[in-house]
Amino acid sequence: MNFPDDLKYTKEHEWVRMDANIATIGITDYAQHSLGDIVYLELPGEGEVFSKGDTVGVVESVKAVSDIYTPMSGEVSDVNDPLKETPETLNEDCYNEGWLYRLQVNAIEEYDELMDHTAYAAFVKEEQP
Amino acid sequence: MPATPGGTGLILEEATLFDLSRPGRKGASLPAVSTSFNVSKHLPADLLNTDGPNLPELSEPEVNRHFVRLSTWNYNKDAGFFPLGSCTMKYNPKVNEWSARLPGFAASHPYQPLETVQGNLELLYNLEKFLGEVGGMECVTLWPNAGAHGELTGIQIMRSYHLAKGNARKSIIIPDSAHGTNPASTALCGYSVIQVKSNEKGHLDPEAVAKVMTEDVAGIMVTNPSTLGLFETHLPEVAEIVHAKGGLVYCDGANLNALMGVAKLGHCGADIMHYNLHKTFSTPHGGGGPGAGPVGVKKHLEPFLPVPRVVKDGDNYTITEDCPQSVGRVRAFFGNFGVLVRAYTYIRELGADGLKLATQMAVLNSNYILAKLKDDYQPAQKERPLHECILTDKKQQEFGVKTLDIAKRLMDYGFHPPTVYFPLIVPGAMMIEPTETESKEACDQFITAMKEIARECEATPEKVKSAPHRTFRRRLDEAKAVKEPKLIWKK
Repeated sequence: MNFPDDLKYTKEHEWVRMDANIATIGITDYAQHSLGDIVYLELPGEGEVFSKGDTVGVVESVKAVSDIYTPMSGEVSDVNDPLKETPETLNEDCYNEGWLYRLQVNAIEEYDELMDHTAYAAFVKEEQP
Repeated sequence: MPATPGGTGLILEEATLFDLSRPGRKGASLPAVSTSFNVSKHLPADLLNTDGPNLPELSEPEVNRHFVRLSTWNYNKDAGFFPLGSCTMKYNPKVNEWSARLPGFAASHPYQPLETVQGNLELLYNLEKFLGEVGGMECVTLWPNAGAHGELTGIQIMRSYHLAKGNARKSIIIPDSAHGTNPASTALCGYSVIQVKSNEKGHLDPEAVAKVMTEDVAGIMVTNPSTLGLFETHLPEVAEIVHAKGGLVYCDGANLNALMGVAKLGHCGADIMHYNLHKTFSTPHGGGGPGAGPVGVKKHLEPFLPVPRVVKDGDNYTITEDCPQSVGRVRAFFGNFGVLVRAYTYIRELGADGLKLATQMAVLNSNYILAKLKDDYQPAQKERPLHECILTDKKQQEFGVKTLDIAKRLMDYGFHPPTVYFPLIVPGAMMIEPTETESKEACDQFITAMKEIARECEATPEKVKSAPHRTFRRRLDEAKAVKEPKLIWKK
């Protein structure tokens, strides 16, 4: 499984890419793999403000429906709306084409609390039965 | 006996009735219209349908063959092993069908004067008592039509109870292993959900409950045994924590097939519970429904039960709607009466000892299958399960084979696949519930198929990944079916 080393990760299987004070957020390779064929997405709206841990959207696969929790606090500055039409992109390329939304973060220190790729890989290994 | 029942049979293609239709073909001859009433003289022209209804035209043998052929596409409990975990697909004894068809039951009308349906009311009254006995509940309502309907009714009762005390409260605690209907019923009644994580053994954790239980919490919804098929040993302790803050304990009876005749949820601290007659009490399940989800409560909640209530007055039975605190009607008339007759029959046929034995056999079958398959598939449960066992695809992942592939391959061996990917907290779950219906030989056939598939996952994984091969249709595009559902027939 692929966990790029320039990203940070959460226990809820989201990833974060920081660029200045803009966080790009998506779900991990492990998440898309566990969910299976993704068929439907609900994403936050531009301008909405969230605190870390809030439910911001929903991802539905043929197996299950899961909430998306925001790993950081801030205001939504950009949303990957075309993805709603082609949710299978999440299965094909979850780290680039499959990004979900961008946040103008207001607490950059939250980034430091996230897991790096090695910690996340260890967490995933433990999570499996 | 063959090692497994899988084979290739004579399954015939069949078009829709509309494709088969030919103008003028008839299956019945009707007398000529004898009335002089002409509807077109009484309705404005723009309201008249000049084309006639779009109904197919066929002969009787064509219609008969059509439906018989379609029926052969179906897999059902009368055809074979149906280990759908969490759904308790048990055999529906044919004596249930006999009793439900007795003219006194089948031909009665809900508007009949009560003195002419005393037997029907007596059956309802006694069924309430029987179910109360099985669940350890003091009062029962039979009207809800399904498990989820029972949940909705139960949570409404919980809300009415709190409202009568002056405060409906805000939320309900639900473990992360719950059926999806639990949070849905909670939300429909205006409560928010507080999810608590199961402990490392998959059990409800009293400490986790104590942390979130406040006087803003209306109660807790618990499935016992849990969706992991494990007995919630901490339930009395959890109930004490919830009761201490004035909350109520709702027990989801979906898995009652593991307790019936052995343990009573009412004795574990439950204040409200529902029963799935279409699971535990052998009435038709799923598309073959309709179902019934009676709700039982402790005495202090009786005033809130739905109306009407069946009451015994001397030797006579009657109904009352004089229950000012009731949540009201949840269903027209007397619920799914025919289903209630079937459940009553099942209980009377088996008796107390028989119900207990059914539970013991259900638990034995599930443990037998687990014991035979635990070296082939990684079990999810860390202790001995009750009526269902959970295996995972962890060992098979090494060969690139997933739970879904194994489920599809099982169809080639002549079995309905088990529930897959539930409970959600178990990655790659296969949830197997044989029920007491199955003989040792039937369990052995299933075990043989599962072992053979485990061997194939290693030796010829492509064969499993591209399954099914022997079924009427090959693997369906489930993603497309969800994204572009075709729900109606169009010309």
